Amino acid sequence: MTTLDQLLPGQRGQIVQIDGVDGIASRLREMGFIPGEAVEYLRRAPLGGPVKCSIHGCRIAVRGGEARRVLVQPIG
Amino acid sequence: MAIGSDQVGNAAVTTARVALVGNPNTGKSTLFNALAGLNVRTGNYAGVTIEKKIGRCSVGTRTIELVDLPGTYSMAPRSPDELVAVEVLTDDLENEPPVEVIVCVVNAAQLQRNLFLVSQLLELGKPTVIALNMYDAIDSRGITIDVDRLSAQLGIDVIPTSASKRRGIAELKQAIEKHLVDPGPAPARERTLPESFYDVCGDFRESLLSGACTTGPSATAETALPDDYLIQRMLLDRGGESERRVIRRLGGGVLPPLMAARQKLATAVGDPIDMECNARYAWAKTKLDGVIGQTGRASSEITDRLDSVLTHRIGGLVCFVLVMLLIFQSIYAFSSIPMDMIDGATGFVSDSVSSMMAPGMLRSLLTDGVIAGVGGVLIFLPQIALLFFFLAVLEDCGYMARAAFLVDRVMTLFGLSGKSFLPMMSSFACAVPGVMATRVIENRRDRFATIMVAPLMSCSARLPVYLLLIGAFVPATKFLGGWLSMPAIVLMAMYMVGVLTAIPVAWILKKTILRGEVAPFVMELPEYKVPAIRVVLSRVWEASLAFVVRAGTLIFAASIVIWFAGYWPGDHTRQYELETQLETIAEDSPEAELIQLALQTESADLLEGSALGRVGHAIEPAVRPLGWDWKIGVGAIASFPAREVIIATLGTIYSLGGDADEEGLAGAMRASTHPDGSPVYTIPVALSIMVFFALCAQCVSTLLVIRRETNSWSWPILSFTYMTVLAYVGALVTYQVGSRFF
Repeated sequence: MTTLDQLLPGQRGQIVQIDGVDGIASRLREMGFIPGEAVEYLRRAPLGGPVKCSIHGCRIAVRGGEARRVLVQPIG
Repeated sequence: MAIGSDQVGNAAVTTARVALVGNPNTGKSTLFNALAGLNVRTGNYAGVTIEKKIGRCSVGTRTIELVDLPGTYSMAPRSPDELVAVEVLTDDLENEPPVEVIVCVVNAAQLQRNLFLVSQLLELGKPTVIALNMYDAIDSRGITIDVDRLSAQLGIDVIPTSASKRRGIAELKQAIEKHLVDPGPAPARERTLPESFYDVCGDFRESLLSGACTTGPSATAETALPDDYLIQRMLLDRGGESERRVIRRLGGGVLPPLMAARQKLATAVGDPIDMECNARYAWAKTKLDGVIGQTGRASSEITDRLDSVLTHRIGGLVCFVLVMLLIFQSIYAFSSIPMDMIDGATGFVSDSVSSMMAPGMLRSLLTDGVIAGVGGVLIFLPQIALLFFFLAVLEDCGYMARAAFLVDRVMTLFGLSGKSFLPMMSSFACAVPGVMATRVIENRRDRFATIMVAPLMSCSARLPVYLLLIGAFVPATKFLGGWLSMPAIVLMAMYMVGVLTAIPVAWILKKTILRGEVAPFVMELPEYKVPAIRVVLSRVWEASLAFVVRAGTLIFAASIVIWFAGYWPGDHTRQYELETQLETIAEDSPEAELIQLALQTESADLLEGSALGRVGHAIEPAVRPLGWDWKIGVGAIASFPAREVIIATLGTIYSLGGDADEEGLAGAMRASTHPDGSPVYTIPVALSIMVFFALCAQCVSTLLVIRRETNSWSWPILSFTYMTVLAYVGALVTYQVGSRFF
């Protein structure tokens, strides 16, 4: 098991859990980051900026700190 | 002009209110424009600072009032924008009529995620229609949607629409009309969440009724008791808005039973947030059973291919700089023809007035005051329209979100976030919408820091000042075979002054009064799309209209005041005699030249002795170190309410001073000299004026909007103070350093 920010570009993972119960954790859940869902790591912004990933066919940018809170099981 | 329900002649007609709601990036605004056409007015929600857009349209034989709500992901609001959407939908805003029908705009390509909000809306117990928007785009993705089945499974109307192509609009109106003609019994509230959750809600309601909260301001608990919806949200959103709302209504007495209920909920279903999201996504899955057929990749390949260039760690940054350069260069390249036309029209009006009237006070007021003042500002309309055009295109096609993604890391270095980028970018057009656009920022400290630096971005009101001075003093040297010119580079540099100053200012703010932890960042990157021409044009139209109205009112009034201050006191008899003489003799005779010279001296003396001249000389010691003469000083002081006034002021001063010639204001400025004969305007002086205008807070509208958005006077006072100090210091350094080199 690893976290979303540790995936490689193009790699997919299945969400296991979102860390925490604060506002941002629930916003992530509302946007579809729920256990069992598949998420694809697409790329990282320049200079270690936010991570761009794809979930439910939408592209979402989350900063590294937030991406570390998304626990995933890499697929393949 | 307001087209309000109160203005409809037939008082018997009651207009039903229909709310348009949806996730961000679902094409909601395009759909709103397609439904309402030009019948749109903007205003404020009573008691709230958020701007509302209301459109009127007819469905069948009725007229409805269509409210465009800010985009929201959920009914648990996290930003001021989302809060208003929720308050309108739950009829919680005072003096706002209740919403009768909800139209939920859903992006057909992202059905599952969008159903999250739908499931929350269906709990409101109001007639709801789904507009399955961007329906034309799903074919190319290899997606098929069984609309009838979806509609049957949700139990509500689902209308496929393609707002940008105006498809499905009539059907959507029909579906709305159906609910208005026969409202029927209120639809049953969906029960998406586990049964045990509703049991806990029921128990909580009982405990509130049993008197635990009668200490509150309301007379009886019975009448003030929140409805089921509010009770549910209160249990779900820990520390959320519903909780605050109920405590406001019933007092702190609700807290103990609330805590007890949450405890019970936690043991019954686990963490409420987890429970809610899991249940809603599970619900969405069952409702979508057999609805979506997928034959290809779900996401758009075009977007991904474009993104591989536009968000590339190197290529993306290069494109970003190129886009910015293109905008500034285009402002020069495409605006000369319409500018010449406006210039010609102003000149024609001025000449016509002069030829019809004899020299005198009224003629001076019209030509030297009104036409020189307002006309000098209006000429910049084409450039302002172009700037707004580019910004609207960038925003509507989806590039702005990419720019925010690219610059987030850099913005965090000085304490802002990528989300601050869009408000700052729109402040390049005008700080007023820029400050209002900060409402998408959830974190208060980030939001306030953005509000404080947004006015440093060079708005379109500064553009005329730059263009005038650059046009008069910067040589039009061309580089790269004419693709890039010196004026465009200087213009870009002036924009950079504001940007580069914003960095330390934001950094200091985040280290001092707005200190706090780094706020989280989650942002959707929408699909790229061809900009909706109507949305873009309506933005340009609104901005141009606002500019013309400003020129016609504020600048007009300022021009008259400045003209009067420059005209009075003084005996203008001799001046008019000379003018009359000049107009009766041949233009190129040697005598005419003599009279012209005498006239200029007379006019200049009159201006020096006027109220304006005396004030100007009094403040001259303060502006002398900046390289300015008294005329520039007066212009800068006069333009504290609005920057464009400097143009109007200089136009009036040079007209009254008799300096204006065939070349207009720029020519008069180039020709103007100190008493010792040296030119007033040198390149360092021009730069010092531009830097002053780049940094100074000369805009009452912005300060008022900051007051409104921060709900306190201390923030606008702080903005004004720090920006004025920065402007003076910036101009001083520019002139003192610049004059060593030129």
